[in-house]
Parts: sequence; structure tokens; C-alpha cells
Amino acid sequence: MQQPPLLDVRGVHKWFGHLHVLQGVNLQVARGEVTCILGPSGSGKSTLLRTINQLEQVDRGRIYVDGELIGYRPRGKKLVALPERDLCRQRASIGMVFQSFNLFPHMSTLANVIEAPVGVLRQSRDEVRAEALSLLARVGLGDKANTYPRQLSGGQQQRVAIARALAMHPKLLLFDEPTSALDPELVGEVLDVIKDLAREGFTMVVVTHEISFAREVADTIMFMDDGRVVETGSPEQVLSNPKSERTRAFLSRVL
Amino acid sequence: MSGVLRPDAGLRDSAPVDEPDLRVNRRPRIGWWVLSGVVLVLLAMFAHLLVTSSNIQWKVVGQYFFSTQILLGLVRTLELTAVSMVIGVAIGLVMAVMRLSPVAILSSLSWAYTWLFRGTPLLVQIIFWYNLSALIPTLSLGVPFGPTFFSGNVNSIITPFTAALLALGLNEGAYMSEIVRAGILSVDHGQTEAAKALGMSGRRTMRRIILPQAMRVIIPPTGNQVIGLLKSSSLVSVTSLPELLYSAQIIYDRTFQTIPLLVVASLWYLLVTSVLSFGQYYVERYCAKGSARSLPLTPLQKLRRNAGRAHLTLTRSSARS
Repeated sequence: MQQPPLLDVRGVHKWFGHLHVLQGVNLQVARGEVTCILGPSGSGKSTLLRTINQLEQVDRGRIYVDGELIGYRPRGKKLVALPERDLCRQRASIGMVFQSFNLFPHMSTLANVIEAPVGVLRQSRDEVRAEALSLLARVGLGDKANTYPRQLSGGQQQRVAIARALAMHPKLLLFDEPTSALDPELVGEVLDVIKDLAREGFTMVVVTHEISFAREVADTIMFMDDGRVVETGSPEQVLSNPKSERTRAFLSRVL
Repeated sequence: MSGVLRPDAGLRDSAPVDEPDLRVNRRPRIGWWVLSGVVLVLLAMFAHLLVTSSNIQWKVVGQYFFSTQILLGLVRTLELTAVSMVIGVAIGLVMAVMRLSPVAILSSLSWAYTWLFRGTPLLVQIIFWYNLSALIPTLSLGVPFGPTFFSGNVNSIITPFTAALLALGLNEGAYMSEIVRAGILSVDHGQTEAAKALGMSGRRTMRRIILPQAMRVIIPPTGNQVIGLLKSSSLVSVTSLPELLYSAQIIYDRTFQTIPLLVVASLWYLLVTSVLSFGQYYVERYCAKGSARSLPLTPLQKLRRNAGRAHLTLTRSSARS
């Protein structure tokens, strides 16, 4: 790796009260690569993902995206929290897709996609509209532009959420268990969209329980347990020849 | 398929095929019929009283119903209601956001505001604002503890009308702040997170994402508040402000036709509250956008559809005969 990684997480710690949820996590993701994070629930996968765009603040450690320190500015030997304006700018360049979709239910599908590019990036409504329509078409929902989220199935809602994240032209895409809230027969349509994005070279971090999807799409798989990274490597290494006993036990339970 | 148990197979076999007509009859509800009868008789007695009582003097009611004085009072009541509601909503919004803010001073200030204005009777507050000049004789604008730029007599700034607006608006703000707070809390936290993740600022998130969704929860009790406020505005009559009730009082103090004029005022209050509840229904419908897969029909639409059906069956039966 000659180029610096697009995402660089260094020694991140996070406490929820007395609970030490992240215990010194490191993660590097190179530009254009896909990292899947696996692990039992409560292992800190989601929390790690949420620290990357400052939905959770880290208590120790640093996170860089594209060389820029996230959430803080060094001043002397200390780190000073960024003002809201800068936080918003950083978040705007990191897309996130949630387990529970979190579409805005009072807006049509199209309005959901347009809202942030127009309101946050101050792009012209007409341009964004055209792009939003093509994004919706790309996730297979070209005919649903004027429907409201509640009229869509879970899989369709999640694809709109992906289009909404893409409309911001993010450097990095974060997926927090994007298929965990879906009926089994709807999982495939969402995973297919994410696979397409991987093929097109988007840099992504995906927290997932879909092992076969991870095997197919990931460049790197990271296995977490108890707030620590247990092992990291290619899908072949981690899934087929896990070094750690804990990884092996987890895989035998889910596969 | 042989060997596979079909769960519905047994059912299908045992289902009675040529059982004639298995109509189900409800148990008769004699108690309810008796009760309804009693209530109807009481209602009839009341209606009889309204129509025949010579004390109501319907002629006098008709005579004053559209009198200039009453109509001016009505306009004054509507003004009071509208302006103090606007003040109340504005204060309520600010107080609700303050109450939910992580800054302790702001949230406790908001709490204290609600505590004070909700904890004292509205009538007392009205009289208090009316007599403000007894507490603060002059009002001045300037640097705190420093020079002043403007100064005036409180009695000339706080007219009975502004005193009434202050009393009603500030009081309303205390109730609205709780209503707005409940509305904001009703919106799923995931919405805030999604907005944040898209780079929206806190203010933008509140304005574009949270409040529009909170409206569904805020509107129904707010409609209730408007109606309540319209009626509470009659309390202002104690400060001799000629709103609807006081206008009626001025007339009956002169003519001693107390009951007919109270009926005039009540009918106007009823009329306005009816219009308001009608409007509330449609505002609620508008705010429910996206909350259900399809909106229920309005009463008007139902009426039209039923009329259409009735028409259809009528024409059918007439065609048959």
C-alpha cells in the first residue's frame, strides 16, 4: 500500500458508562476496497461504524478519513472538538445506511434522496432531481419516485436509503447491518445493489451477518469480539482458515 | 404429494356442505335500549324548555345576534385568540427545544417557565398583567444596569388589550411547550441519526425532519388548545375589555335581558368552535401525509360515496320492479 488508506482507525476506545465497548480497535481500508466486519452481537461492530461518522464520539484514539482527522482538531498536544459546521461537512462526505432504513416518512422517495444534496451541499434542485431519478433507477426503483416510504417493502426502502446516501457522492460508505431488518426473501435485492457498488469501486465498510455475501464481496474481513479485533484478513483466510478459536466457534454457529 | 400432510385437508372434508343458512343472531341488548329511551326523553324535555321557555326570549336573541356591539366583541375575541395562539405556539416551540437541550440552564429555565405559568390560575395572570404598572411603573430599554435609550410609562404601553395578549399568550406558551415537547419526543431517534449522517445541522434537522413529523402528534392537542383558548379569552372580560362576553354583559347590564344575551354569546362561541374543529380535521389529514398507506375518507367523501351507492341500489331496485 503506497497510498495512505482512505479510512484509518487507530487505537479507538469507547466506553458506555462502565462498559468498555471498543478496546483499542485498529482498521485500515484502502481506497476502492470493501471491508466486512463480522462478529457476535454486542461485539462493538456497530459502535465502531458509528464512531467513523461521529454518531458516537470516541473516548481515545483517532479516526482519519482521506487523511482528515474526524471530529477533532489538534491544538498543541490536545484535541479540540470541531464546531458543528465542520462536523456536518465531514459527515456529508461519509454515507451511512442503517439497519432500520431511517427514511424520512413524511417525504416522497425522491424528496428523501434530494433533501441533503440541496439542503446541505447547496446544489441546484433541478440537477439533483435528475441525478436522484437516475440513482433511483439504478437501485431498481425508477418508478417509485413519488411513493412514500411506508408504501414500500423493506427491501425497497433500504434501496432508497442507499440511493439517498449515494446522492451525496460520499468518499466512504458505511453499512450497519443493512439486511438484518429484512424478510429473508428481500435480502438478496439489497445485497445485489451493494455488490454492484463494490464492483464499481466504492470504498465501503459493511457490518453484516451474511457470511456468503461477505465472502463474495469483501477484500478484507475483520472479525470482532468483545470490543476487540480478533482477526483480520482476506475472506479466504478468515472464513476458511480462521486462526482464532473464537472466530472458528462463531463461524460454526452461523454457517 | 402423497404422504405429505396437508393441514387444510381434514377441515375441507368435515366442512358441512349443504347446511342451509347459518345466520348468527346477536343477543338483544335490552338494557341499552332502555337507557337510550331515558336519555331521549330527557333530551326532549330540555329541547322543550329551550323552545317554550319565555325566559330565553328567542326574539331578543335574534335581535342581538347580529348587533354591531356583539359582532365587534366577536372580532375582538377572535383577534385575542389568534394572536395569543401565535404567541403561545412561538413560545412553546422555543421552550420545548430549550427543555430538550443538553444545556442545564436552558432546560431548567424552560421547566421553571412551565411550572410558573401552568401552576397559577389564568384568571390571576390576567389580573396580574392588567395591574402590571403597580409592580413596574416605568419600562425602559437600554444596557442592563447602564444607560437607557427609551423609557415609557407602563400604563401607556400595557393597554388592556396587550395585557390580555400577554396573559393569554404566555399562559398558552406553557401548555404548548409541553405539547411540542411530546411531539418532538415522539419522532424516532433514527430520524435524527439519518439526518446527522447526511451532514444536516441540528437546526436543519429540527426544521426539516423532526418538526414536520412531530406535527402529527402536535396538531390534535393544539386544536384542543385553540378551542380552549377561545373560551378562556372570555376571562378577559374581568378587565373590561369588550370581547364577546363583555360586550354581551354591557348590553344586559343596561337591558336586564341576561339570559338571552348569554345565549347569544354561547351560540357564537359554539359556532366558532364548530368551525375550528372542522378545520382541525383537515389540518390533521394534511399532516398525516406519508403516515399510512392510504388516508381514510373524509366525512364528505363518505357521504358522497354512500349517496352514490344508495342511488345505485335505488335505480337497480326500481329497474327490477
